[in-house]
Amino acid sequence: MEQQQEVATRPIMTTGGHKDAAVLCRGITKSYGSGETQVKALRGVDLEVRPGELLMLVGPSGCGKTTLISVVAGILDQDEGECLLFGQNLSRLPKHERVRYRGEHIGFVFQAFNLIPSLTAAENAAIPLLINGIPMDEAVQKAALLLASVGLEGREHALPSQLSGGQQQRVAVARALVHSPRLVVCDEPTSALDQVTGIRVMEGLKKLAVNNDRALVIVTHDARIFSFADRIAHMNDGAIERIENKR
Amino acid sequence: MNRIALKMLFGDRGKYLGIITGITLASILMIQQPGMLVSIFTMTYSFITDVSLPNIWVMDAKVQQIDDSKPLLDTQLYRVRGVRGVEWAVPLYKGSQKVRLSNGETVMSNLLGLDDATLIGGPAVMIEGKLSDLRIPDSVIVDEAGANGRLAKPADSPDGSPTPLKVGDVLELNEKRALVVGIARAQKTFQSQPIIYTTYTRAKVYANSERKMLTYILVKAKDSEPREIIARRITQNTRLAALTAEEFKKKSLNYMIYNTSIIINFGFVVLVGFVIGAAVTGQMFYNFTLDNLRYFAVFKAMGATDQTLRKMILLQAVLVGFVGYGIGAGATASFAAMMGNSNGPSVNLSWQLLLTSGCAILLIVLMSALVCIRKVLKLEAAVVFKG
Repeated sequence: MEQQQEVATRPIMTTGGHKDAAVLCRGITKSYGSGETQVKALRGVDLEVRPGELLMLVGPSGCGKTTLISVVAGILDQDEGECLLFGQNLSRLPKHERVRYRGEHIGFVFQAFNLIPSLTAAENAAIPLLINGIPMDEAVQKAALLLASVGLEGREHALPSQLSGGQQQRVAVARALVHSPRLVVCDEPTSALDQVTGIRVMEGLKKLAVNNDRALVIVTHDARIFSFADRIAHMNDGAIERIENKR
Repeated sequence: MNRIALKMLFGDRGKYLGIITGITLASILMIQQPGMLVSIFTMTYSFITDVSLPNIWVMDAKVQQIDDSKPLLDTQLYRVRGVRGVEWAVPLYKGSQKVRLSNGETVMSNLLGLDDATLIGGPAVMIEGKLSDLRIPDSVIVDEAGANGRLAKPADSPDGSPTPLKVGDVLELNEKRALVVGIARAQKTFQSQPIIYTTYTRAKVYANSERKMLTYILVKAKDSEPREIIARRITQNTRLAALTAEEFKKKSLNYMIYNTSIIINFGFVVLVGFVIGAAVTGQMFYNFTLDNLRYFAVFKAMGATDQTLRKMILLQAVLVGFVGYGIGAGATASFAAMMGNSNGPSVNLSWQLLLTSGCAILLIVLMSALVCIRKVLKLEAAVVFKG
């Protein structure tokens, strides 16, 4: 109980915390394993992401970036602390509601693209809509429009194997945005791409993903794309060391 | 998401075909073997089925099954006719006799001697000739399989093929002339020997070395009493075994079941089919799910519910089961159609057999699906962020 109070009263390191924040995390801790083999991945992280903001989480491998976005996106439970997504505490929601919330409000871009090889670009991009119960034809039609806006017009029927790495990641970007989520979480979106392609993907991502109702959190250690960030949170050893304002 | 599940399944063509092949082979083993077993069982009493008019069979008390010949004295026929409740009773000779072909080879054949007056016990379906033609001197009727097969006239040259027997041809039966006056269709018997029909009197001539010739007495019971009661009465009055046709079929079948290892052998093959089918299908389907685990994790992260994932995997499993079983059943049916034209046992595809084997295949795919569902549901969605 005392511990919870301590977490609740701790000042948020960034701006002091705002109830309209897209993401508001306080005192997040997360450990893996137990006993002597226990690894503390997060050691009381405080984080705020504002609507319309592109925040990058940077730091060395193993510093807890991926664990933090997993907690933020509601796919991993923290041990302590709380994390609000547009005012909603996902960890307090029943499992099925949390899953539904994730399906409706969060978009994902992964380092390894994770496109299904047997589906066309449009079908891959349509998956979040299908998960939300939109009929296949309607979902694919909507996905095709979004593919056009990321520069893949005419490639809707291409299989992932027929697309370049940059094109595949743009399909993944379309997939992350097709259902108009409020938060987009990206894990190393450019690490598998060359510089020119990476910059192109980031330009598309920033142009389409960032608006006043939506926030974008990107985990990266690709210094080539730091210039796209509004703020950069530097992590080390499970904690945010400093926040760097880029605007 | 159902269409996505199917596209994922069809997309991995190698595994899809592998799973289908596993289920197809399991289906074939689980349909064909019991089908053949049922066919063999049916053949053990097919002659009783063919002789449909009488409803009680009277025989020596030691007879254990239809092909177990223990002849009676002809006088027994009159004793049976005297039993109350018997409408009529006729003699039947059933025994094996040698037929010599024109090239000198001999073929053991099943000789049936029918009551001279009524010809009861004769074939139900005549392809050529008439049953009443048996009243022509030295006449015999040969079954279709025998006429086209083992009793066919040998080829004149080594390269030629045998000529099927036809009406008018002459056979040498136990060194006596036998004129073919008809070709009949008969059910296959367990012995797979050609069947030759003639009259009871002429059968005695063909098999003249035997003192007792009366193999069975075929009885038609009066409708006034249950035939079982009349059969028991015949036994009491004559000390002969009297069984209704159904009882005699059951006795012949039980003899086959309890005196051979046929059930164990066929059952073992069916069990092997089930186990191999389950193992191969389960393993391949599990591997398919493992290969797609990352994508299931993506679906989970993106908000797919456990119910959705369960449905996707079940749909994939049921579809491969349905396709594999369909191919297996189709292949077995084709095999059965081919076997139907041969002299050996065919495959009896009853709806009960198809339903049972279908349920076994469903069980296999559902078991595989359950293992995969468990794996997917336990999967941590956060693995999607691992590179």
